[in-house]
Amino acid sequence: MTSSRERVTSSNGWEPEVIAFCCNYCAYAAADLAGSKRMQYPANVRIIHSPCTGKIEMEHILDAFLKGIDGILVAGCLEGGCHFLEGNLRARKRTDRIREMLDEIGVGGERLKMVNLSAAMAPTFVASVQEMVEKVRELGPSPLRESPQLESEGTP
Amino acid sequence: MIVASPKSITELKNLIARHKKVLFAGCGTCVTVCLAGGEREVGIASYAIRMARKLEGEPLELTQVTIERQCENEFIKDLAEPAAEVDAIVSFGCGAGVQAVAERFPDKPVYAGLNTQFLGILEEQAVWTEKCLGCGDCMLAQFGGVCPVTRCAKRLLNGPCGGSTETHCEVDPDRPCAWQLIYARLKSIDQLERLDAVVPPKDWSTSWHAGARKVVRKEHRV
Repeated sequence: MTSSRERVTSSNGWEPEVIAFCCNYCAYAAADLAGSKRMQYPANVRIIHSPCTGKIEMEHILDAFLKGIDGILVAGCLEGGCHFLEGNLRARKRTDRIREMLDEIGVGGERLKMVNLSAAMAPTFVASVQEMVEKVRELGPSPLRESPQLESEGTP
Repeated sequence: MIVASPKSITELKNLIARHKKVLFAGCGTCVTVCLAGGEREVGIASYAIRMARKLEGEPLELTQVTIERQCENEFIKDLAEPAAEVDAIVSFGCGAGVQAVAERFPDKPVYAGLNTQFLGILEEQAVWTEKCLGCGDCMLAQFGGVCPVTRCAKRLLNGPCGGSTETHCEVDPDRPCAWQLIYARLKSIDQLERLDAVVPPKDWSTSWHAGARKVVRKEHRV
């Protein structure tokens, strides 16, 4: 593993942990393509393979935040390009609503972002992940985080 | 059906600020259909409140149960077991459900998790409109099945006001003029002559103005 793929570690030992919910038909394929092209992106992101972003329920995202994840990226198809016609549009509405909720709760809506891309847009996927990790690093650890490393608890 | 909408997370959090063990009780009937207080909405509210309390350093022990119907004792009994374990209950039923649950558990604080709105129907995905005021003296037959008591902002019973603009109400340009709808409906069922009759002032004694009403059906009493 090259140094650029190593975790982005802050001086206090905290490492941002980001989940990327990736649609099978676009972002997951784009991530795969990024790997084939040997493109580097931070290893702080954990990819969750989803059949469509429309399949991602609000509960999935809220559960991850409750367990202390620092940021979540939802990556779906370009608008108009959903394999199931409007799954990505529904996901957009749900993520918008959750962002409002996170702001009201005090976690911060900026910790959740949705992007749209196609299966061929590996550079966009890499840039989105990098941008998200950087954003989360600026924001600091989730206020709901209980321990420096979620992995040690066996949570997301 | 009864249409309700969720309270804000902040309001919900403040309602139960003094409690450590709370039951969130959903209702599987009207408020499930209007996406306000069913199993899923209770789950989402639970996540939000858990997060908010965790941030305040006062974690909440929260149980979620959704029963078939909160406005009937027969179903409320399913809440007895989880209710025994908590300090308070938040009912995600309509106002009737909240009060039925409160009556069933006299020693527990019971709070409303929703704002009950009206009797209405689903107009399109996630849009509900009010159709019935529950005035207790239904006049729909005279108006082709469109209720001016509920749907006319001025509750006019003898034709539209001067402010209606063709098809829409002057009070809210997004709201169709009830009298336009009544005319179109009576025309389509060939009963326009009903409009010739002058409707006398409505008898409001059957409405809620004198307090909570009661219906007793002797033939069904046991």
